[in-house]
Amino acid sequence: MSFSASDLLTLTREGLYCPLGGFHVDPTWPVPRALITHGHADHARAGHGRVMATGETLRIMAVRYGADFCASRQEAPLGEAIRIGDVTVRFAPAGHVLGSAQIAIEAQGVRVVVSGDYKRADDPTCLPFEVVPCDVFITEATFGLPVFRMPDTRDEVQKLLDSVALFPERAHIVGAYALGKAQRVMALLREAGYDRPIYLHGAMEKLTELYKQEGIPLGETPKVVATERAKLHGAIVLCPPSSIQDVWSRKFPDPVTAFASGWMRVRARARQKGVELPLCISDHSDWPDLCRTILETGAGEVWVTHGQEDALVHWCGTKGIKAKPLHLLGYGDDGESEPVAPPEEAVA
Amino acid sequence: MNDFAHLLDRLAYEPRRNAKLRLLQDYFTHAPDPERGYALAAMTGGLTFREAKPAMIRGLVEARVDPVLFGLSHNYVGDLAETTALIWPAPVPSDGEPVIGPGHNNPPPHVPTLAEVVETLGTVKKADLPARIAAWLDALDETGRWALLKLITGALRVGVSARLAKTAIGALGGHEADAVEEVWHGLEPPYATLFAWVEGRGERPTTLNPAPFRPPMLSHPIDEEGDFEKLDPAAFSGEWKWDGIRVQLVGGRDAAGEQVARIYSRTGEDISGAFPDLAEAITFSGAIDGELLILRERRVQSFNVLQQRLNRKAVTPKLLEEFPAHVRAYDLMQADGEDLRPLPFTERRARLEAFVAALDHARIDLSPLVPFATWADLAAARADPAAVGAGEDADAIEGVMLKARDSVYLPGRPKGPWWKWKREPFRVDTVMMYAQRGHGKRSSFYSDYTFGVWRAREDGTPELVPVGKAYHGFTDAELQKLDRYVRNNTTKRFGPVREVSYGLDHGLVLEIAFEGVQRSTRHKSGVAMRFPRVARIRWDKPAAEADRIDALETILARGEREIAPGETLTETHG
Repeated sequence: MSFSASDLLTLTREGLYCPLGGFHVDPTWPVPRALITHGHADHARAGHGRVMATGETLRIMAVRYGADFCASRQEAPLGEAIRIGDVTVRFAPAGHVLGSAQIAIEAQGVRVVVSGDYKRADDPTCLPFEVVPCDVFITEATFGLPVFRMPDTRDEVQKLLDSVALFPERAHIVGAYALGKAQRVMALLREAGYDRPIYLHGAMEKLTELYKQEGIPLGETPKVVATERAKLHGAIVLCPPSSIQDVWSRKFPDPVTAFASGWMRVRARARQKGVELPLCISDHSDWPDLCRTILETGAGEVWVTHGQEDALVHWCGTKGIKAKPLHLLGYGDDGESEPVAPPEEAVA
Repeated sequence: MNDFAHLLDRLAYEPRRNAKLRLLQDYFTHAPDPERGYALAAMTGGLTFREAKPAMIRGLVEARVDPVLFGLSHNYVGDLAETTALIWPAPVPSDGEPVIGPGHNNPPPHVPTLAEVVETLGTVKKADLPARIAAWLDALDETGRWALLKLITGALRVGVSARLAKTAIGALGGHEADAVEEVWHGLEPPYATLFAWVEGRGERPTTLNPAPFRPPMLSHPIDEEGDFEKLDPAAFSGEWKWDGIRVQLVGGRDAAGEQVARIYSRTGEDISGAFPDLAEAITFSGAIDGELLILRERRVQSFNVLQQRLNRKAVTPKLLEEFPAHVRAYDLMQADGEDLRPLPFTERRARLEAFVAALDHARIDLSPLVPFATWADLAAARADPAAVGAGEDADAIEGVMLKARDSVYLPGRPKGPWWKWKREPFRVDTVMMYAQRGHGKRSSFYSDYTFGVWRAREDGTPELVPVGKAYHGFTDAELQKLDRYVRNNTTKRFGPVREVSYGLDHGLVLEIAFEGVQRSTRHKSGVAMRFPRVARIRWDKPAAEADRIDALETILARGEREIAPGETLTETHG
C-alpha cells in the first residue's frame, strides 16, 4: 500500500503523533518532543522535553508557566521549511491569537495541515490566516454548526459603547479569555475611538504587557485596585470569564455583566452564565469560514477535531470531500479551559 | 422592526427593573409613531392577529437549509425561532449575483417596520402568509428575525410586564403609571393620543370606555415590633383579609345605552370572560373593589378551591356550577358617575353598604368589619377569626386589614393609610438539596434554594424528596453564609444549578414558612407550597430531624376535602 496521511499522523493517548518525526502536536500530556500551534492552555502545556513553536507562542508560554516550562525550545520562523527526522514541517499563521500557527507536515509527497484553532475574521492583534494547500486538512469545529455566523465585531463593540453611554454610572464588566480575546477587545475598543483607560483584572496583566512588548498598541490599561472598585463608575473592566460571576465583580458600582465570546450567539448560553450584555466576538472560525477554508485548501480529506464534528463531517459529504471525526481528548471544546483568577483577586 | 428587535434583545438579558425602564424610555423617546405604539401593544398584549404555526416556520427554513444541518442546529440551540433566525441564509437572487453589488442599481431589501408587520398580519390571506414571512426574514438581521418569529408565533416573552411598559410611558411626561392606567382602557394601538399627551403635544385622552379599570389601593405589611406603638387604634377600621383574588367589578352604559360589565384583576387585566357568572351580576353603574371568592351554600371556600376555577381554558357549565364565583366588597370607587375616591374611608364605607344593599344580589356581599378597641383585641381576632364572627369562613381568611378611617382612596401602595397583618404562616423544617444562582444584584450568589423533606422509600428507608424552592427571607449577611455553604458543599453541577451534599447525617436544615399546600404534578413529591420563604436557617439542627412529608400531606388533605366535599364528607365529620 502506498504512503498515506494516516502513516504521517497517528492518534496516541497524548494526542496527534508523527512517528516519522518523533513528535506530538499540541499534546495534552508531557512528551519528549512537542510542536505547539498556539499558547492557549489546552494546547500549550508545561513539562515537555523539547518544544517548537513560533517565537510569540514560546514567549506566551514563558509568561504563563515560567521560563523553565520545558527542557529546550526552538523557534519556528513562519513559512520556513524545517526538517525533523524524516518529515518537513512548516508553520503558517492561523489568525487565532498572537503567535498562533498552523503546522504543515510533509513526507513522500503527502501534506497534512494541523490548523490548531483558527479564524478568518479581522483581528488587529495577530497575523491573518494563510491558506496552505494540502491533502488532508485537520480542522477544529468549535462553532461547527450553521447557526454560528459571527457578526461584524465593530457592531458588537458598538453595543458595549452604547451601553456605557446609556448607563454612565454603572461599571461594565467584560468577561474575556486572558490570552487573545481580551487584547482583541482592547484593540477593537481603541479602533472605535475609545480612549479612556481600560481596567484589567490582575489575571490579564502579564499577557497584556507581553502583547504591548510585541508591538501591539492597546493604550492605557491599568490594573484594578481592589479598594478602588466601588469608584469605577462608567468604566470598562476586563476580567477572565470565571470572574464575571464571582464576588470580585460585585464590588463595582451596579455592574453590567458582559461577555465577549462566540458562544454569545446562542441565548441559552448567555443566560446560563448570567450575562446581561452578550458580545458575539469569536476567535474561532464561524460556519461559513470553516466551509470556505476547507474548500480553499483543496484537501481531498478532512479530519474534524474538537467541537461540533457531526455537522461539518455531514457537510463535507455533501461536497464529495472525505471526512471523519477525530476524537481528541483534553481540548476545551467550548474554549473555556483558560486559567482562573489568582486567589487574592477572587476572594477580595 | 430592527430597533424594536434590538430593544427586545436587550430587555431579554436585563434582570434589573430600573435598567429595563431606562431601555424602554430610551426606545419610546427615539422611535417614531406608529412604530413605538405597536411596540407598546406588543409588550402589553394588545395585539391580535393570525399567529404563525411552528410547522410553517420549519417548512420555510427546511426549503432553504439542509434538513440534517437544521436538525443538528435545532437540537443544539433548543428553540425553533432562535435556530431559524440564526440559520436563515442571506437571499440570493435568481441571476446569482449579490443583491447589492458595486455598479448595480438593485434596491436594498425592504426592511419591514413593526407597524407594517402588525398591519399585514391583520389582513393577509392565510395562503399568502408564508411568502410574506419569508420576504421579511430575508430583509431582517438575526435579531430582527428572532423578534419577528417570536412575535408572530405568539411567544413574545421579554420580561417586561404591562405595568412596567406603562411606567416607562408615564415617565416620558412625568406621570405615574397609575395616570396611564386611568386612560389606558379607552385606548387602541398604536396609541397616538397617549404619546401626544405624555409628550405634552395633546390633551389627556378621555376614556370612552364606560367601564374602565382604576388602579387599586394596596397596603403595606405591618411590622409587629415597631408599628403598633405608633398607631392609634381609634383611628383605624378593621376588616378581614380574604384569601381570594383582588378584583374590580365595573359597570356602565355605552354610547348606545347598552350595559357594559367588566371584571378586572389587580393589574388591570380584563378577566370578565373567565367569570361570566359574576359578570351577570354587574347590572349597576359603578366600580366595586373586592375579593373574588368561591362560595358554596354561603360558605367561603379556601384558596385551594378557587385554584380549581382559575387558569382554566374553557369555562364549562359544570365548572360554573361547582365553583360559583362571588365578590366580597371592600370599597366603592365610583357610583352612578360620581368618583368616590376623594372621600374618606368611613364615608365610602357607608356608601358601599347602601350600594350593596340596594343591589341585593346573591353574588355580591359586604366584607364585614372587625370591631376592636385595642391592638390586643385585633390580635385575638387575627389568631381566631372563627370566634369573632367569621364562623366557618375562617379558613379563607389570611389575616386582618387596617384602614385609616380618614383615608382617601389612593392608587398604588401609599405608606401609612392601609396595613395588612397576615395570619401566622405554616412552618416546616426542610433540608437544602439544590441551589441556583440568583439574578441582578444576586447574580453571583447561590440564592435560590430547592429544599426537601423526608419520605419513606418502598423498602422503608428514608429519602429526601424536593417539595419547593425559596429565594427570599434571609438577610444579605445570611445570603453570603448560605452562598459559601453551597460552594463548599457542592456535589454536582448542572449549568447554573448545584446539588449540595445532604443525607441523614449531613445537610443544612432550612425552616420554611408558607401559606398553604396544593397538589402538584410538577414536583416529584406531588405537593407544592404557596409563597415559601426561608424563615430561619437552622445551622444547629441535624438533617435527620427535618420534617417528614406527612406534615405537608396533612395540610393538603384538609384543602382537598374542601375541593371535593361530597367524597370525603364522612371522613371529615366521622
